[in-house]
Amino acid sequence: MSNIPQELRYTETHEWIRLEEDGTLTVGITDHAQHLLGDIVFVELPEEGEECAAGDDVAVVESVKAASDVYAPVTGEIAAINTKLTDTPELINQDPYGEGWIFRVKPMDPEDYDALMDADAYQERISEEGE
Amino acid sequence: MKHTPLHDEHVALGAKMVDFGGWDMPLAYGSQIEEHHRVRRDAGMFDVSHMTVVDIRGPQARDWLRRLLANDVAKLARPGKALYSCMLNEEGGVIDDLIVYRLGDDRYRMVINAATTDKDLAWMRRKAEGTDVDLQVRDDLAMIAVQGPMAREKAHAALGDEAAAVAGALEPFFMAEIGDLAVARTGYTGEDGYEIMLPAAEAVAFWRRLQAAGVAPCGLGARDTLRLEAGMNLYGADMDETVTPLESGLAWTVAFAPAERDFIGRAALERQKAEGVKRKLVGLVLEDRGVLRNHQIVRVAGEPAGEITSGSFSPTLGRAIALARVPAETGEAVEVEVRGRPLKAKVVKPPFVRHGKALI
Repeated sequence: MSNIPQELRYTETHEWIRLEEDGTLTVGITDHAQHLLGDIVFVELPEEGEECAAGDDVAVVESVKAASDVYAPVTGEIAAINTKLTDTPELINQDPYGEGWIFRVKPMDPEDYDALMDADAYQERISEEGE
Repeated sequence: MKHTPLHDEHVALGAKMVDFGGWDMPLAYGSQIEEHHRVRRDAGMFDVSHMTVVDIRGPQARDWLRRLLANDVAKLARPGKALYSCMLNEEGGVIDDLIVYRLGDDRYRMVINAATTDKDLAWMRRKAEGTDVDLQVRDDLAMIAVQGPMAREKAHAALGDEAAAVAGALEPFFMAEIGDLAVARTGYTGEDGYEIMLPAAEAVAFWRRLQAAGVAPCGLGARDTLRLEAGMNLYGADMDETVTPLESGLAWTVAFAPAERDFIGRAALERQKAEGVKRKLVGLVLEDRGVLRNHQIVRVAGEPAGEITSGSFSPTLGRAIALARVPAETGEAVEVEVRGRPLKAKVVKPPFVRHGKALI
């Protein structure tokens, strides 16, 4: 069974989102997603300061098997990137909700966060998909 | 979906299962990269029971195989010796690649790919019509590959004294039959080890004995990165019926001598040689960051000129590697289109890794 922390928000495309105290949103891929991808060997990060629209592919996570786009959950500006992933992409497998975060985005409209899926909805979404 | 005799064992071990040519097979039990390293550094095992074993018998078996295969079974002077060969159509296209073992004077054993089994058997049966060659599919057998620097030692513990003594005396690329067991010192990883054929009913017990001896279960994911590092072709990816062995890095497996041996596809290959072989299969090492994948376009001097046939991340080298089909005159530097961007790659001669060591 995948780990789906209650305090996070989620997307249809398997990103998780954490609201930070400064209003930025930290984004990574879910435990379910990293499990499906298998061993992650390469991460292409966005650039800090880059503007993004909700749904833009801003990062790429590649496993031995396949490449997978990571999408911006909201419209805004990339506020930070996890440069540790350049040399240790396996952090996404080891700690998807912690050390394996991918980027932080400063949302243009803070209310976009509230529209994101909660943990129960995401759980339902991946149950429908079948493991 | 078809199941091997070890299917329930894989599921019980928590393997991620995938459809592989109609078989429900383990992709990985945990981390595919860890499984890869276990084989390079210690010992791993693979269920390869989905592959098809065909026994070929009869006084004409040798002559029939000398016509059927591009490599020459007459090279198998001693019983037990193995030969890697392509089976070609009349146009020189590769129907399948396979290993054939000479078991006795009138007895050979062939191991063919799972996904090509039906067409291979149809072809072979047609070619056997009107001869006294007998083809017997051994679907009563399971097959387990045990590979890695410690594989033989650990397999001996699982085989028991009598079989271990016979296996221990095997030279590379030889097979021995021990009762209803057959042990071959062959594999698809670039490491030492065995491929062991045994009655299906005994497969689970033997698998568990291997595990108890410290051999790690490994999935098809690791098998693919291991064979790619070892520079071994995968049928359906690196070659198929649309290309010849001469365009697939497999010229070394075609026995043109003696000149009078008229194997199927020979005339087409000789024509191709006379006209000049226009493409070659090479190894690529990505110099920029990224991952090489099947079907990515290879650019030579800035122009699209070739294609990656097998691309992946090499766990041993820590970078992306590939096999690619490119124009024969391609030099040492190319670019690969990776997600819309041209990345630099170096052309190398496979293998990339052999016996645990990087060769490039």
